[in-house]
Amino acid sequence: MLIKCPWCGERDAGEFSYGGDASRPRPAEDAAEADWLAYVYDRDNPRGPHQEFWQHSHGCRQWLRLRRDTLSHEVLASGPAGEPLGDGE
Amino acid sequence: MSRLAQGGLIDRERPLSFAFDGRRYQGFAGDTLASALLANGVGLVARSFKYHRPRGIVSAGAEEPNALVTLHGGARTDPNARATMVEVHDGLVAASQNRWPGLAFDLGQVNDWLSPFLSPGFYYKTFMAPGRGWRFYEGIIRRAAGMGRASRLPDPDRYEARNLHCDVLVVGGGPAGLTAALAAGREGRRVLLLDENPRFGGWLWKEEREIDGQPALDWLAAAEAELAAMAEVRLLPRTTAFGYYDHNLVAAVERVTEHLESPGDGLPRQRLWRIRAGRVVLATGATEQILTFADNDRPGVMLAGAVRAYLHAYGVLPGRRAVIATNNDSAYRTALALHRAGAEVAAVLDSRSDSAAPEVATVRDLGLPIHFGATIRRALGGKTLQGVDSDAGRFDCDLLCLSGGWAPAVDLYVQSGGRLRHDEGLGCLVPDRAKQACVSVGSAAGSFALADCLAAGNDSAGGYVVPPEGIGVEPRAPTPGPGKRFLDPQTDTTLADVGQAMDEGYRSVEHLKRYTTLGMGVDQGRIGQIPARLAVAEARGQPLAAMAATAHRPPAVPIALGSLAGREIGAHYRPLRRTPMDGWHAARGVSWQDAGLWRRPQFYPVGDENIDQASAREVAATRGGVGLCDVSPLGKIDIQGPDTAEFLNRVYVNGWKGLAVGRARYGLMLRDDGLVFDDGTTSRLAEHHYLMTTTTANAHAVLAMLEYHLQVIWPDLRVLVADVTDQWAAMSIAGPRARELLAGLVDIDIGNQAFPFMAVAECRIAGVAGRLFRISFSGELAYEVAVPADYGQAVWQAIVDAGGPHDLVTYGTESLGTMRIEKGHAAGPELNGTTTPADLSMARLVSGKKPFIGHRLLGREGLGDGARPALVGLLPVDGKTWIKAGAQLLTEAEAKPPVHTLGHVTSIAFSPELDTPIALALLSDGAERRDQIVYAHFPLHNEVVAARVTSAHFIDPDGERMRG
Repeated sequence: MLIKCPWCGERDAGEFSYGGDASRPRPAEDAAEADWLAYVYDRDNPRGPHQEFWQHSHGCRQWLRLRRDTLSHEVLASGPAGEPLGDGE
Repeated sequence: MSRLAQGGLIDRERPLSFAFDGRRYQGFAGDTLASALLANGVGLVARSFKYHRPRGIVSAGAEEPNALVTLHGGARTDPNARATMVEVHDGLVAASQNRWPGLAFDLGQVNDWLSPFLSPGFYYKTFMAPGRGWRFYEGIIRRAAGMGRASRLPDPDRYEARNLHCDVLVVGGGPAGLTAALAAGREGRRVLLLDENPRFGGWLWKEEREIDGQPALDWLAAAEAELAAMAEVRLLPRTTAFGYYDHNLVAAVERVTEHLESPGDGLPRQRLWRIRAGRVVLATGATEQILTFADNDRPGVMLAGAVRAYLHAYGVLPGRRAVIATNNDSAYRTALALHRAGAEVAAVLDSRSDSAAPEVATVRDLGLPIHFGATIRRALGGKTLQGVDSDAGRFDCDLLCLSGGWAPAVDLYVQSGGRLRHDEGLGCLVPDRAKQACVSVGSAAGSFALADCLAAGNDSAGGYVVPPEGIGVEPRAPTPGPGKRFLDPQTDTTLADVGQAMDEGYRSVEHLKRYTTLGMGVDQGRIGQIPARLAVAEARGQPLAAMAATAHRPPAVPIALGSLAGREIGAHYRPLRRTPMDGWHAARGVSWQDAGLWRRPQFYPVGDENIDQASAREVAATRGGVGLCDVSPLGKIDIQGPDTAEFLNRVYVNGWKGLAVGRARYGLMLRDDGLVFDDGTTSRLAEHHYLMTTTTANAHAVLAMLEYHLQVIWPDLRVLVADVTDQWAAMSIAGPRARELLAGLVDIDIGNQAFPFMAVAECRIAGVAGRLFRISFSGELAYEVAVPADYGQAVWQAIVDAGGPHDLVTYGTESLGTMRIEKGHAAGPELNGTTTPADLSMARLVSGKKPFIGHRLLGREGLGDGARPALVGLLPVDGKTWIKAGAQLLTEAEAKPPVHTLGHVTSIAFSPELDTPIALALLSDGAERRDQIVYAHFPLHNEVVAARVTSAHFIDPDGERMRG
């Protein structure tokens, strides 16, 4: 699998570490316990496009946000983890 | 001898000697083992998988189902090699498989007569029922049915792996592949052309063809010369692409030295290529298919195209009197080739009613007997073919050439995710919609005519595929009847087996495949693919076009496990991290312990001490005097920036705003779910400069977590982090005499007033600029010295030298662990992802005044339950029995599982100071059970130990020693 790092370009997936589901916004520090429980434990297992965090661990060490098709492994969009994803490029 | 006076690939000036089943034979350079055996008149080369039927060579290529042999011997034993793909070299030793005592007389042949009892699924049905029966029969069955045997010795060969990026990867160097490579090369692209054969050219070697009015081999030579002259084109012969993965990653294995008599030094046996291609051209060719009739597996039954190849490429005539059976025009070229080579063509049996193809007319004009509308009923003979019984009568022959049509080799294409469709005109599955950037060309796309292959290759860069032109094939479903009618000779799967599986309800092609083992041999049933699909479609009463194709998965061909392992074996299996003082430890004959990728001294034996004796001595000497320990693997993260205090305040559960420069503090961090993640000390080196330590195990995870929060959650914080673990050598000096030893080595005042517990300073240690920390893991008066890694061993040596008068000992991880257990410090076994700060008696550390990672869920109901397992100490009641780590705790001495346990033992040690084994445990209602007796059950060893619950702080509970 190839992953596009916004800083380094397309690199082999072996350079990256998976960092979890990026589709759930992190609740505020004082948000309701139920929101935090949902954030920590509830996960969808979508077949198709999914937002994920990855870290370029063996590269620039930046965290990135990917939209990846879990069925085809196609990387549909990538960008810095701290920003919302565009429609893809 | 069946060798003709002339013929293509072989070098008649270079005769070679080889052995098969102990007999010596002669071949020529350029021969395959199969062609050399045929040249020597060896027809019987194997016994079949299940029924032990006699088998001969069927094909001239990678699709060979029968002629599997074991090469070499000893540690280099290579089982299941295809004789058709083995290049003969002088001294080659090969042996047949799956026979006893020998090929000609094989006792296993009784299986053929017992075959009514060996139908699909027989082992489930027959042997599972009596319970113990299977255990008895299994060994016998496994020995009787089988393939070659691997050596049990370590593989003495070397393998290596390489990565390669190219614009265009062309798989297959036949006419289509060559023209594709030429077209891409002429555009200046980086091209990789690979072929599994020793030579490029594919079928151009295997029959007499012309290109542009010239002999095809002249065209081939010119094409190869042009490719070789292109700087950006790389040619890899003897290289098989076996896997097509995501994003145009193709894996191939190159056989570097297997064809050589003496490989020479330094070359690997095989080389794995990981190829990332912009575009892949699949020019993998097509596989000729067998026809199905009774005993269609007799030695002497061959594919019609293979017979042409043996004649043309190797100058071998596989039989004197031949019958040709076909359902298409291509086999007529075999009739011509045999006739020209001087063999007698007894009959051409064509199941079609007629054909207007020019090849057919040529054969007819020569006066060779053609019988249209005729099919074979049965092949006659046993270990050799005697003749055939057909609709057109009985014909004596010693060679039967079959052509049941051609199936494009689509393994890699299907692996790439491409879809297939059934082409009615071609009678086979052809590529339809590719998913990745790849294109199938030539006969791999169903373009079986040579001119089409050349044109398709030429246009491959544009993705244009020439509309396939047929060979007039008219497939028909095999007819059932008496006798074994093989669809897949390698796994001994017959037409009747398919019928039986259908009757038993295995109708899906994937189920049917697994139940009957159809296509599950190492050849994946390639020569029987079309007959098998026809048979299944017929049995299901379904048109071929509506039937799903079975999946293809890597590897497409068997590959040596060694080629996947490459150089990553033995000590190179994974990287080894050595501390800066590794050389010193190694010179002391230390006993090592793996800690992640690190190797750390476990203990320093004196004389013939074992681990318990050495550790007891090291601990006693440290607690009684002074000890030195290499703690370099501890994770070290450099943190800088004006917002670092705020950052630490959010990361750790305790407060960090008040930490002064020159002071260190213990910190505990949680995960988002409120459970403990890691712990360690963090020191403030300067106004905006901190150093965090982590546990060895979590060093990477903590760094990644800090980076995540800084980049994603709190991008506004002006903080940078960097892993500096490898930059520093760290050593701990612990014990009541630590200060007097160290005082002589440093250039600052380390008295208790000037340098109290948790003080940090930059100073010179043994003349080297470094850092000094007054922190303690052992619970003793202790210092941690950190110097730049390159100075580690020198400073360590200086401390050891200065330590002589102070009776300094060095201690390893075993003693380190013992002392932390004696002090009740939580480590890996307690920081196990299920514990809260309160469980580890650290609730008082948690700040109520600020948010921190995990604070929101730390407060949830379940984590506040007072009955949660909490950290306690355990002492064996008898004062001497070890309590096992992992033992389950109950209040009863006798218990029969399943029972609900109260917790488990996490860490164990022997305390020299208390002179008893001790243990840490997580025990439900731990505080309330103080001084009570619990029983540590270890059912694996049928062991129960009575233990008294104590505080986890076995020694110096108030921490006076480390502060003194």
